[in-house]
Amino acid sequence: MTDSPTPTPPPDLDAYAAQAATLLGLPLDPAWAGSVAANLRVLRAAADLVEGFPLPDEAEAAPVFAP
Amino acid sequence: MTPPSTSEATDWSRAPASAIAGAVSAGTVGARAVVAACLDRIARIDRTVNAFTDVLAERALARADAVDAARASGRAPGPLAGVPFAVKNLFDVEGLATRAGSRINRERVPAARDATLITRLEAAGAILVGALNMGEYAYDFTGENIHDGATRNPHDLGHMSGGSSGGSGGAVAAGLVPLALASDTNGSIRVPSAFCGCFGLKPTYGRLSRAGSFPFVGSLDHLGPMARSARDLARAYDAMLGPDPADAVATARPPEPALPGLEAGIGGLRIAVADGYFARGGDPEAFAAVARVAEALACTRVVDLPEAARARAAAYLITAAEGGALHLDRLRRRAGDFDPAVRDRLIAGAMLPAPFVERAQRFRRWYRAAVLDLFGDVDVILAPATPCRAPKAGQATFVLDGVTLPVRPNIGVFTQPISFIGLPVVAVPVWLDGGLPLGVQVIAAPWREDVALRVAHHLEGRGAVRAPVADLG
Repeated sequence: MTDSPTPTPPPDLDAYAAQAATLLGLPLDPAWAGSVAANLRVLRAAADLVEGFPLPDEAEAAPVFAP
Repeated sequence: MTPPSTSEATDWSRAPASAIAGAVSAGTVGARAVVAACLDRIARIDRTVNAFTDVLAERALARADAVDAARASGRAPGPLAGVPFAVKNLFDVEGLATRAGSRINRERVPAARDATLITRLEAAGAILVGALNMGEYAYDFTGENIHDGATRNPHDLGHMSGGSSGGSGGAVAAGLVPLALASDTNGSIRVPSAFCGCFGLKPTYGRLSRAGSFPFVGSLDHLGPMARSARDLARAYDAMLGPDPADAVATARPPEPALPGLEAGIGGLRIAVADGYFARGGDPEAFAAVARVAEALACTRVVDLPEAARARAAAYLITAAEGGALHLDRLRRRAGDFDPAVRDRLIAGAMLPAPFVERAQRFRRWYRAAVLDLFGDVDVILAPATPCRAPKAGQATFVLDGVTLPVRPNIGVFTQPISFIGLPVVAVPVWLDGGLPLGVQVIAAPWREDVALRVAHHLEGRGAVRAPVADLG
């Protein structure tokens, strides 16, 4: 077993957006698809940056619910 | 306080809030005369700036008469007596649909009551004169609005006002009002303050009630004032303090007013310039503005906020996800009625896998602890507010450190890592030369708005920062 995950190919964000739109019940005009995919690409890069920082399991999410 | 000059004292349409309140309380001028001068200036000037979406003349004059009547009957008219103010149009105003810069929201039922902060300012004697333009649903740093038109920068009409509180920055810098309310999720108070050359206070997360405002990102949304002096910010801020059960995150801490200690100076304060992430990725002028402020404070220390780039990325993710989720139903039914640039960002945000967002919130916990550690050694951190001066209206890209980037999402590179953990900031305006102004963030530890305001006031006294009314006639 290795600590490193198996490298995955870059995602097809156009296909992802089309499927996610179906899941969300969101009509996605084909004219917008390229822009949505471009935004997903920026978000994916941001997620990669955040995920690159090791966090302990004890680091709880910041929002706190006060009953 | 320095008394206003004769011309300021008589030109009530451009006078500072503190001068107006003093004169109305003393009976030197009536609130009605102040409000009438303000409404007249809006009618003459706003067609060039486009800061206002609603002018509430009848309501404002009635309120002014009430303030004058209170004073005439011997009642104290309040610390903001007769001060005209306006609010970003995501604040509820009784009788208006809260549009939040959108087309869709215009069909909402008109608000039944004013937002909490409007009620508190009016209880202190201030007078609401209108609602202000903003980027659609606050997802914007430019001050442009596809439905209402852009708010133009009063100091150069061919340039952006900054956003999303562009109307607030434009109205204050144009001298249409001495005080405006705005919101800041990732920089929407600090960016237009920087571009328009005025002062803005983004308080600690949870400090001022958000009740009666249209949300964007509940985890990051703040409300606060913009004005042309730190004193006016403090006066308004103090009047808005207090718990509010109607806002789930409003603090239960007792009010800690800033005005009583405003003149305390900077003695004993440990001040440092943010290094690393905050010292690159911008135009040289952005860092020259920080250096100007640091010099005025005799500050030679630097401090490194760890992992600020990741903090910005995490704020970006949380913003997209919460914004997308908030608007999902509108995106399903009315996608064609959004500004396309906002729509596509929101759609992408709604599609984000949950673990990305959860990870960002967990990182937020780590980053908060790391930055709070820094505040064991320093009281104030200085950083640029924006990476550049106001871009030209409609400009789509800019070059920062040799890299071409889209303008809209990248104006907030220096503000996002700060609001991400809710630190209080006063944005102060710096004029390096004959060009447009730049902003510097004066950042304090949580709940120490008083410290940031003290520093901003000291800088004004030294002549290092100032917020002149734009020369628009």
